[in-house]
Amino acid sequence: MTTLPKWADTFLVPLISLLIAFVLSGLVILAIGENPVAAMKLMVTGALGSTYGWGYTLYYATNFMFTGLAVSVAFQAGLFNIGGEGQAGLGGLGVAVACLYVPWPHWSLALIAAIFMSALFGAAWAAIPAYLQAKRGSHIVITTIMFNFIASALLVYLLVNIMRPVGTMDSASARFDAVMRLPRLHDILALVGIPFNNRNPANISLLIALLAAVGVWVLMWHTRLGFELRAFGKSEKASVYAGINPVRITMYAMLISGGLSGMMAINTVMGEAQRLLLNSVEGAGFIGIAVALMGRSHPFGVVLAAVLFGFLYQGGAELALWTTVPRELITVIQALVILFTGALDDMVRRPIAALFLLFRKART
Amino acid sequence: MIDFATLIEILDSTVRLGTPLLFACLAGLFSERAGIFDIGLEGKMLAAAFLAGAVAAVTGSAWLGTLAGIGGSLIFAAIHGFASITFRGNQLISGVALNFLASGMTILLGQYWFGLGGRTPALIAGGRFEAITLPFADALAPIPVIGRLYSDLLSGHSALVYIGFACVPASAFLLYRTRFGLRLRAVGENPAAVDTAGISVTGIRYAAVAICGVLCGLAGAYLALGLAAGFGKEMTAGRGFIALAALIFAKWRPWYALGATMLFGFLEAVGNRFPKIEIGFISVPSQFMQALPYILTVVILAGFVGKATPPRAGGEPYVKER
Repeated sequence: MTTLPKWADTFLVPLISLLIAFVLSGLVILAIGENPVAAMKLMVTGALGSTYGWGYTLYYATNFMFTGLAVSVAFQAGLFNIGGEGQAGLGGLGVAVACLYVPWPHWSLALIAAIFMSALFGAAWAAIPAYLQAKRGSHIVITTIMFNFIASALLVYLLVNIMRPVGTMDSASARFDAVMRLPRLHDILALVGIPFNNRNPANISLLIALLAAVGVWVLMWHTRLGFELRAFGKSEKASVYAGINPVRITMYAMLISGGLSGMMAINTVMGEAQRLLLNSVEGAGFIGIAVALMGRSHPFGVVLAAVLFGFLYQGGAELALWTTVPRELITVIQALVILFTGALDDMVRRPIAALFLLFRKART
Repeated sequence: MIDFATLIEILDSTVRLGTPLLFACLAGLFSERAGIFDIGLEGKMLAAAFLAGAVAAVTGSAWLGTLAGIGGSLIFAAIHGFASITFRGNQLISGVALNFLASGMTILLGQYWFGLGGRTPALIAGGRFEAITLPFADALAPIPVIGRLYSDLLSGHSALVYIGFACVPASAFLLYRTRFGLRLRAVGENPAAVDTAGISVTGIRYAAVAICGVLCGLAGAYLALGLAAGFGKEMTAGRGFIALAALIFAKWRPWYALGATMLFGFLEAVGNRFPKIEIGFISVPSQFMQALPYILTVVILAGFVGKATPPRAGGEPYVKER
């Protein structure tokens, strides 16, 4: 299918897919007896109508940027990393270890340590499936799914039996020292004189996520490793023939992917909760799949798609607060976006391609 | 040391917990043997459990509930087939999407229909599957060992358990002793050869996906109507993925699937009965028992203990040569 011009392929197809997903979601809202237009209005005002809403939208978007970038790096190398959930969970463990056991004098030092540890733990959790894929040919999708479950069991064990402070009931680690509170977005914006609501969890991690997006862009399109990753993803056979080592590329792709997933934890664990909670990832690892598909595995697209999903998340929470529509509406929208941009891509593409062909014929 | 009565109790709950895994595992087996990867087993089970619970609650009939569950699962199977066979989409992504769709829709519809936060109303007698007492179970019970095995372990399960066990030889027969089975396996290994023989690859694959839907429907119906009394939010709790693990463990074979699912059911039963297990000086935490099926699957996949080779054409959409 090379009949589509590049702009149609990168913008038109995902936009139409998104539109179909939204229309279907609207029908779902209609089916459960609510007004889709009113629901959309409520979501927009709730998520984007105030700096409070924006703060939450950007907070969620930060998570999805990390996990979306993680999935897209693996996608580019032809690997499907469903293990973002487990890798982010382990990343949280890394952040907790960095913040609980070292008395950092300043948040900036703690942040650097937390970034390092979260990426290290996330990458380590991706390393085993990567090694098994590269060396033993075990399907990475299955192993990463299994590792999600193993990670959740491990975290439950650690939080219930080891990290829980004596005398507390809920399964969570101790609170981090107050020194390690990350600057919130309103602190940062206040420096340049922009007023921003201070009751939302958006924090400096947003800037780190944006930096990570730039980093991934440089890596994928301006370094030799990035070229090798993409070549491997396009055609394994051709890249091996060109002298690219498949084991090395698989390992690198998954280590970077796992590291990015893990780094999500600096936003949730260090930026918001200030302690390691039992379910700190809350499905963001899976939303990364939708974000990467929607953003066509390009860092720029991923950032946009992450903000879109951040909006959906916050808007959905507001919707659940004011109407009878449950929060799980977001899960349905997310499912439809994945279905149409990922699996039914061809269904959208075929008619558009046919249309373009028709236009071209008419012109000549 | 555990006594005989405890052992019977654990084995009894192994059968009950293993049955939904068995249905789902056989479901995955048909789909994957035909070359369609299905990580959407979880979603299909969840959708089926919801519809089964909902319809059984309204009609008061377990069998109508089961039919509705199968119907719901078939709709999901149809979407999966549509995406992965007709539109040659990515089967893994389609599976992921369907899992989310089931997880969201069950709660949305459940809340709209019943207003119980996603649950369906608790089922009363008739809406659930009743235990079936096999003939002579009471008469044989006093006999030591064998009597207890017969009356407590073999007898007293719901109809779906026996159907599940009957599905194993039936699947083996269908796959290895019929023309359809041969074609189905061939489509998963070398679809081009099947196409050359003048048989529709698309048709066989849709049939396989439909069988998968029916079996997942039974798995979900058993969860809601046999194991529990009604549907609960996210009640499959990863069972679809354990079934997927069991499928790999079983190397895509029906009889092995029985062994693998009962092993995983046994692990769950032991974990439920003994939250902490002491072996010598080491105490094994319950979380380890929960993670064991996944760990075992990774070990098997790694090929350190027996190699598991998936069907060769698995995951690849078939494109007819032009």
